[in-house]
Amino acid sequence: MSGHRITTPGRDFQERSARAVADPQLQHALRNLDRRLRTAEEVAAAHPEWKERAAAIRRETLADLDGWLLRLERALADRGMHVHRAETADDARDIVLDIARAHGARTVVKGKSMATEEIDLGTALEAAGMRAIETDLGEYIVQLAGERPSHMITPAIHKTLPQIRDVLAHEAGHELPVDREALTAWARDRLRIEFLRADLGITGVNFAAADTGTLVLVTNEGNGRYCTTLPRVHIAVMPVEKVVPRLADVAVLLPLLTGHATGQRLSNYVTMLSGPRGAGEVDGPDELHVVFLDNRRRVLLGTKFEDMLACIRCGACLNVCPVYRHVSGHAYDAVYSGPMGKVLTPLLSGGAEGADLPFGSSLCRACNDACPVQIPLADMIVHLRAGTATARRARPAWQAWSRAWASPRSYRATTALARLGARFVPRRLLRGWTATRDLPMPARVPFRTRWDREHS
Amino acid sequence: MTARIALFVTCVADQLFPDTGIATVRVLESAGARVEFPEAQTCCGQPAYTAGAPDAAARLARHHLDVFAPYDAIVTPSGSCAAMVRLHFAELVPDRRDEVAALAARTFELSEYLVDVLGVDDVGARVEVPVTIHDACHGLRGLRVADAPRTLLRRAGATIVEMTEADTCCGFGGVFSLGYPEVSTRLADAKLEHARATETRWLVSTDLACLMHLDARRKRTREPGPQPVHLADLLASGLPK
Repeated sequence: MSGHRITTPGRDFQERSARAVADPQLQHALRNLDRRLRTAEEVAAAHPEWKERAAAIRRETLADLDGWLLRLERALADRGMHVHRAETADDARDIVLDIARAHGARTVVKGKSMATEEIDLGTALEAAGMRAIETDLGEYIVQLAGERPSHMITPAIHKTLPQIRDVLAHEAGHELPVDREALTAWARDRLRIEFLRADLGITGVNFAAADTGTLVLVTNEGNGRYCTTLPRVHIAVMPVEKVVPRLADVAVLLPLLTGHATGQRLSNYVTMLSGPRGAGEVDGPDELHVVFLDNRRRVLLGTKFEDMLACIRCGACLNVCPVYRHVSGHAYDAVYSGPMGKVLTPLLSGGAEGADLPFGSSLCRACNDACPVQIPLADMIVHLRAGTATARRARPAWQAWSRAWASPRSYRATTALARLGARFVPRRLLRGWTATRDLPMPARVPFRTRWDREHS
Repeated sequence: MTARIALFVTCVADQLFPDTGIATVRVLESAGARVEFPEAQTCCGQPAYTAGAPDAAARLARHHLDVFAPYDAIVTPSGSCAAMVRLHFAELVPDRRDEVAALAARTFELSEYLVDVLGVDDVGARVEVPVTIHDACHGLRGLRVADAPRTLLRRAGATIVEMTEADTCCGFGGVFSLGYPEVSTRLADAKLEHARATETRWLVSTDLACLMHLDARRKRTREPGPQPVHLADLLASGLPK
């Protein structure tokens, strides 16, 4: 591997994020991550009711998720698609592998999909002896580099152009210029061969309409269409919350997704799939399978984290997050990064992974404002903190503090003590602050004493 | 009956920056408001809330409710502490919903109270200097206060030079500044760099916590650039003696 690996190692988010801000190559690459939300903001300003409508559609869906899924399942079946329900990531992998084996698949082309990242499907396919090729250019680069996507929409945003050249040149086995168009042209030629060779196409799903049984896929490179039309079999992995009640809802959600993701009013390709190749049709696979993926989603229904299932994976919260913009996706060491990742990672793992992520937030609320479906991410981050072992350990101290400060007299007493003691506190106890900043000192005379003097 | 206006000074101003408390009173008085200081006030509980200790925060929220219940308006020189009351008390004290809603509706950040409630754009201060503004996160996205501080500064004669990303976080974030010092400091540096590029005299904000953070970083690096200052302090400095 000749490409630089800018994955960010470290035992926790704190250590990895500290490394990330000190990594000059990464910081250079992140300049590409400017705020691409201007168009989204224009659209939102022109149609202030859009976010409201989008949020309402998502809440309507979640209020009866199982009901909509049942309707979707029937509609998909009516159109000749095979629906599979996967309770866990393991189940989903097994379902996909069984289908792949049944068809003797050897080469699998994949469209960009966070759901398949979530269940680590590429690794499972490779382990089963198949070649699984990512066909979104960013994903392809990341796959060749042996890394994970660092951003939901722009997976290779953490890489500089020369680094990308190194990765592709290594794969090509010959020199390639540091030139966007030339590199893209090389990758396109290479991927065409894979598309023609593939026996199985795997994609995600952006929206699935329960009324018509339509799967909607949003892409910019056309690779999604190759994955869904050329191979004999197509498998779509669909997290359960992707269902929308009506195809008409897509008209509201789609421009919000593309606007917030890339600043486009519409992506270059919007694919609406309504089944395998029918009699007399030229294009399409012989078989189309849809895997409903739960993986700890439905248990969130009815909890204070239910709204998280409204997420449409646009990446807007990543793009505006001051922490994400400085540390990039790999520091999160999770499939989902940024504010939505801080919430989703602990939730989807039942608290087993990323429990420290919610603490790595300044709670600036930029994510709340950016979210096109009005998920209160910053508030969820605070709620998640409360459920951690870290918070539980600190709770007696906070309780003692609040007991003292709930009484004006002991507030005066404790702050008087702090004034006396502040100068004698060992600095190493405050190293988190003092390593980079001077320590502010309590005033000699607090406000309330001055007020008393002036008003007695 | 005249309206009773309470100063909610915040624990940060009380203990670390009492001058800002005094300045807040002076600015309010010069706008024609008579201010009382309920001495039983302590802290709104935000540090415990954001640290994941909602029970401890709820205890202080209840105390805060008791202290400020008799007042018609509660004014504070911190958008963050006002946002704590307005956005988070309801979940912390669910059994006193009506009281919380009433208190939230009467709690205001200083500039918001002057401009939007009292309708006072000109507090009689003269501050004829170039300034830049850091929109503190919770004032901006918690309370939607953006224009009020600008209006007050402009009417006081200040020339506002907007910095790049005035609405981006300074990196403080309470416990975040201690637990994630590298990222926190990087954000402070970006903020100070953007402020420096405006070549102004003052970096004005409406939250002492952000200002404390930026000033503490600035003192360490000794880089040139506008001096962080609270809106109340700057306005009060331009009031007739």
